[in-house]
Amino acid sequence: MISLILRRLATAIPVLLAVITLTFFMVHSAPGGPFDEEKAVSPEVLIKLNERYNLNEPLMVQYFDYLGNVLQGDFGPSFRYPSRSVTELISIGLPITFELALYAILFALMLGIIAGVVSSLRPNTAYDYIPMTVAMAGICIPSIILGPSLTLIFGIWLNWLPVTGWGDIPGDKILPTITLGTAYAAYCARLTRGGMLEILNQDFIRTARAKGLSEFRVVVVHALRGGLTPVIAFLGPAMAGLLAGSFVVETIFGIPGLGRFYVEAAFNRDYTMILGTSIFFSCLIIAFNLLSDLVAASLNPRLRDQ
Amino acid sequence: MNTSSSSLTKKAFERLFSNKLSLFGGIYILLLITLAIITPLIAPYDYAYQDLSLGPVGPTTDHLLGTDTLGRDLLTRMLYGSRISLMVGFLATMVALVIGVLWGAIAGFLGGRVDAIMMRIVDILYGIPFIILIILLMVIFGRNLVLLFMAIGAVEWLTMSRIVRSQVMSLSQQEFVLAAEAMGVSKKDIISRHLIPNAIGPVIVYATLTVPQIMLLEAFLSFLGLGVQAPMSSWGLLIRDGAVSMEEYWWLLVFPSLAFSLTLFSLNFIGDGLRDALDPRTGPN
Amino acid sequence: MKQINIVSLFLVLILSACGGTESKVDSALEEQILYFGNGTEPKDLDPHTVTGVPESHILMALLEGLVIRHPEGLDPLPGVASSWDISEDGKTYTFNLRDTAVWSNGDPVTASDFVWAWERMLTPSLGSKYPDMLYDVVNAEEFNIGVITDFTKVGVKALSSKQLLVKLNNPAPYFLGLLAHYTTRPVHRPTIEKFGEIDTLGSPWTRPGNFIGNGPFTLKEWQLNKVLKVKKNSLYWNAEQVKLNEIHFFPVDNATREDLMFRNGLLHVTSTVPLEKVPVYSKKYPDLLHIDPYYGTYYLRVNVNKEPFDNKLVRKALSLSINRQEIVENVSKGGQIPAFSFTPPDPNSYYPPTSLEFNPELARSLLDEARLSKEKVPTFELLYNTSEGHQKLAQAIQQMWKENLNIDVQLTNTDWKVYLSRQSIGDYSIARAGWIGDYVDPKTFLDMMVTGRGNNQTGWSNSEYDRLLVKAAQSPSQEERFKNFYKAEEILIDELPIIPIYTYTRIYMLNQDVKGWAPNLLDTHPFQFVYLER
Repeated sequence: MISLILRRLATAIPVLLAVITLTFFMVHSAPGGPFDEEKAVSPEVLIKLNERYNLNEPLMVQYFDYLGNVLQGDFGPSFRYPSRSVTELISIGLPITFELALYAILFALMLGIIAGVVSSLRPNTAYDYIPMTVAMAGICIPSIILGPSLTLIFGIWLNWLPVTGWGDIPGDKILPTITLGTAYAAYCARLTRGGMLEILNQDFIRTARAKGLSEFRVVVVHALRGGLTPVIAFLGPAMAGLLAGSFVVETIFGIPGLGRFYVEAAFNRDYTMILGTSIFFSCLIIAFNLLSDLVAASLNPRLRDQ
Repeated sequence: MNTSSSSLTKKAFERLFSNKLSLFGGIYILLLITLAIITPLIAPYDYAYQDLSLGPVGPTTDHLLGTDTLGRDLLTRMLYGSRISLMVGFLATMVALVIGVLWGAIAGFLGGRVDAIMMRIVDILYGIPFIILIILLMVIFGRNLVLLFMAIGAVEWLTMSRIVRSQVMSLSQQEFVLAAEAMGVSKKDIISRHLIPNAIGPVIVYATLTVPQIMLLEAFLSFLGLGVQAPMSSWGLLIRDGAVSMEEYWWLLVFPSLAFSLTLFSLNFIGDGLRDALDPRTGPN
Repeated sequence: MKQINIVSLFLVLILSACGGTESKVDSALEEQILYFGNGTEPKDLDPHTVTGVPESHILMALLEGLVIRHPEGLDPLPGVASSWDISEDGKTYTFNLRDTAVWSNGDPVTASDFVWAWERMLTPSLGSKYPDMLYDVVNAEEFNIGVITDFTKVGVKALSSKQLLVKLNNPAPYFLGLLAHYTTRPVHRPTIEKFGEIDTLGSPWTRPGNFIGNGPFTLKEWQLNKVLKVKKNSLYWNAEQVKLNEIHFFPVDNATREDLMFRNGLLHVTSTVPLEKVPVYSKKYPDLLHIDPYYGTYYLRVNVNKEPFDNKLVRKALSLSINRQEIVENVSKGGQIPAFSFTPPDPNSYYPPTSLEFNPELARSLLDEARLSKEKVPTFELLYNTSEGHQKLAQAIQQMWKENLNIDVQLTNTDWKVYLSRQSIGDYSIARAGWIGDYVDPKTFLDMMVTGRGNNQTGWSNSEYDRLLVKAAQSPSQEERFKNFYKAEEILIDELPIIPIYTYTRIYMLNQDVKGWAPNLLDTHPFQFVYLER
C-alpha cells in the first residue's frame, strides 16, 4: 500500500508543476489587460496597479515569484475584488461547492448502487431493462436541460420546491443536488450492474448459494464487496466531472460556490483567481484520484500492484 | 486477413444489427447527419433572418417549430446548430483519434524507454482537469470554433492512446507481427499496416462514445457563454436561449432539448451496441 | 429497497412544500427589511475606487455627502452641510456642516474629513477612476495629474471644523448636484490610516467590522455572491426619519433568476427585468412593472481612424439606415425613446435642435457618393460585451445594415474587460456603448467627446467642438451654456463619431409595499426616505 501511495505521489508532483506552469503562461498570454473599467485608467495609475500585482517584472521572474508564493499557499490578491485574496475567495466558495458535490455523490451512490444491484440480480428482464434505460436517460439529459426543466416543472408550475438560493429556504438544496447527481447516478447504476454481474457469475457465489445462505446475505455480504469495485474506482474521475458540473449547476441555481466564482473569474479576467482556482482544483482532483485508488485497492487486493 | 477474423467480423455485425436500440440509434444518427449536410438546401429560412415584428410565436405552418424572440425560425436554427454541434463532435473525435492512435501505437510497439517516456507524458497531462484547460483556452484565445474543437480533441486523445497502447502491446506478441518483423518489414509499415487495423475495434467503440462526450462539452461551454456565439447557433446555445425563455416560450427549450437528448441517446446506444457486438462476454444491454 | 428510496424522496418533497406560507416580503413588513436586487457583486466599498451602479446603491446607504439627492429628482437637499452660501460670481462655495453629523463610531464629521477625502480621491497613486468629478475645483486637475504636489494649493479648505470652503475654476450650476455623487463623500481617516496609507490599495478597511461611515445605515454583514446587509445607524443625524431597519442587497446577476426571486416574494425591487417578460408583465402586472426615464444614451462608437469610417458620409449612411423606432418597439421593448441627440433631452430644460432620421434611400446615395469608384464596403466587425440584450440589438443592427446598405457585418462579443480594453487601445471598428450621466447636465455627456478624453476612444477631434465646450464652461448663465452646448451637439450629430440609438429607460419590478420611492432621472432613491407599508 505504501508503495502505491508513493508511486502516485511521484506522478502527482510533476502533474501539479505542469498545471501551474501551463496555466500561468496561458493566462499571461491573454489579451485584455486586467485594469480596464468604464472610465479609462491614466498611465500613472496603471504603473501603480502593475506594481501591486507584480506585473512589471519580466515574465520569468513573475513565474518564479508566483511559484514560491504558491508553495506557501499564497495565490495573491484577486483582480476582481481588490481587497480580498484568492485564498480567501477559495475558502468562501469551497465549503459550498463541497457540500453540493457531497450531496450529489451521495444521491448518485444511493440511487445508482441500488438500481444497479437490482438489475444485476435479474439480468435481461424488466428489472434490468427499466432501470438501465432510465439510467441511459440520466446520462443523455444533461444538467443544462435537466436543471431548467426541473425548475420549470417543480419550481414554477407546481411550486413545490424553491428554485434559487442555497440554505436560505428549506428545500432549496434538492433541485441542485438532483440536477448535478443524476448523470452520476446513471453511471453508478451501469457500473454497479457490470461489476455485480461479473462477481455473481463466480464460483464462490455459487458455493454460497449452494450452502443455503439467504439471497440477501449472498448479495450484500459476499458479492457487493467485489461488485462495487468499478464504482469506487469511478469516484476519483467522478470528482473531476462533479467539479465541472458544479460550474453549470451553480450558475443555473445561483449558488455562491467555488464553481461560480471560477466562471465569474473567467469572464472578468481575474487572472490571479483563474490561476489559483485552477491549481486548487487540480490538487483536489489528484487527491481524490489517489483516495479512490486507495479505497479500491483496499477492497480488492489484486489492484495493489498497479 | 485470415478467414477466422472475417467470420468474427460477420458475427459482430450480426449482433450489432439484432440490437434494436443500436439500430434505432444508427438510423437516427444517419438521418441527422444527412439533414445536417443538406441543411443549406432544405432550411426554410436563412440562418440569420430575423422577423422583428413577428417576435416569438409557437409552431405554425410557416414556422414548424416556432420562432425565437427575434423572430428567427427555430427549425432553421436547429438545423444549422446541428451542423456545428455534430461538426465539433466528430472533428474533435477525429483529432483525438489521430493523435491518440499514433501515440499509443508507437508507444506500445516500440516499448522500453520510448514507451515509458510517452506514457509518462500521458499520465501528467491526464492530471490536468480538462474543463479548466478548455475554459482557459476559450478565455485566452477567444471564441474561435476551430480552436474549440482542436482544444477539445487535444485533450480527449489521452485515453485513446492508452487503449491503443494496450491493444498494440498484446498484438505485438502475436505471430503474424513477429513474422513481419523477421521478414524485414519496416517498423512504420508494421504499425500502419498490421497493428493499427487490428487494434481498431475498441478504438471505434471508444470513439463512438467520445462523440457525445464532446458534444456535451460544447453544449456546456456554450451554455456558460464561453462557446459558440450568435448569430451562429449550436444546440448548447439554443438550450441556453430556451432556458431563459422557457416559461413563456416553451418550444424554445423543448425542441432543442429533445433533439440533443435523442442524439446523445443514439450515439450511446450505438457505442454500447458496438461494444457488445465486439465483446461477447458482457451480453446484451 | 428501491421503493423505500422513492417514498422517502416524496416525503421530503411534501414536507418541504408544507413549510412556511409567509414569504420574506410578507415578514419584511413587520421587520422593515428591504430586499434589494442589486445586479453584480460589488467589487469593493471604497467610494474613491469603485465605479459601478451596484456599488453606488450600497454607498448611498453607508455614506453621506455635503448634500443628498432629492428623492424626486429635484434640487439637492442638505446632507452633512445644513446650509451653504454661493458667491456672486458662482465660483466660491461656503458650506456649514451640521453639529449633529457624526461617524458611526461617534466621531464628529468635520470639514477636514472632506478635505482629506478629496485629497485621497485626487491622489494620482490611488488610481481613482473618477477624479474628473472634482476637476471644477481650482487646481484639482493639476494635482491629480501630478503638475502640483502640494494639496494645500487645491481649492478646498477647512475654515473651521464645521466650515468648508470650495473654490471653482468656473461658475458651475450643476456643482451642487455633483456633490451628491459618492465620489465626493467623506471617508473616515483614522480607519483608513489604521490599515495603510492614503493611497494603499486593497486594504481591508471596507470589511464589516472595520467600515466606519456617516450614512443612514452601517455595514452589518457581507457574504460574497450571496448577500450584503446594512442596518440602521442610530447615530445618524436624521435617524428618526429613517424607518427601515435593514437593507439586504442581493447580487443576482442573472435576470431570469432575479425575476423568479421577485415572484417568489424574495425581493422587493429588482435591478432589471428579462427582455421577454416586459411585454408580458406590462399586461399582467402593470402595477409592479416600472419603466422610468433614465438619464442615459445607448450608442455606437465609431473608430474614425479606421477606413472607411474616416469618411463622414459613411458614418451618416450607417446612421440613416438604422430604424430606431423598430428597435425600441421590437427589440428592446422597454419604452425607450429613439435618440436624436447625444445628451438625453428634457422638454422642460435642455432640448437640442438636432435630429436623426431613418432614411435608407438617402443612406444609399450618401454611401455611393462616399465610395465612388470603390467596391462595396468590406465586412467589418461590430463589437459588444456579452449580454443577451446587447446581442439582440447587435443582431438587429447587423440585419438593418445588410438590408439597407448591403454591408456585411460580423458580430463579435467579448467579456467586459476585453471589450473595454479593445476600445481603449483603438482595436475596434464599431462598438456598442452606453453612458449614464453622473449628474443631470449635458456636460457629463458632451465632455466625453473632447479631444483626447479618456472616454472618447473614437479618435475624433474637432477644435470647434472643444472651443464651444470651454465657452460653455465659462458662460455666465445657464441659457448661455445651453446655447453653446446646442451648437456642440449639432457638430456632433453632423459628424457622428458616435451614433446614438436610444435614450435609456430604467426597467425594474417594484413591490407595492415599497413607499417613498419616486422615479427620477438618475434612478437614485435615498434610503432614508424609503419604508415598507401595505
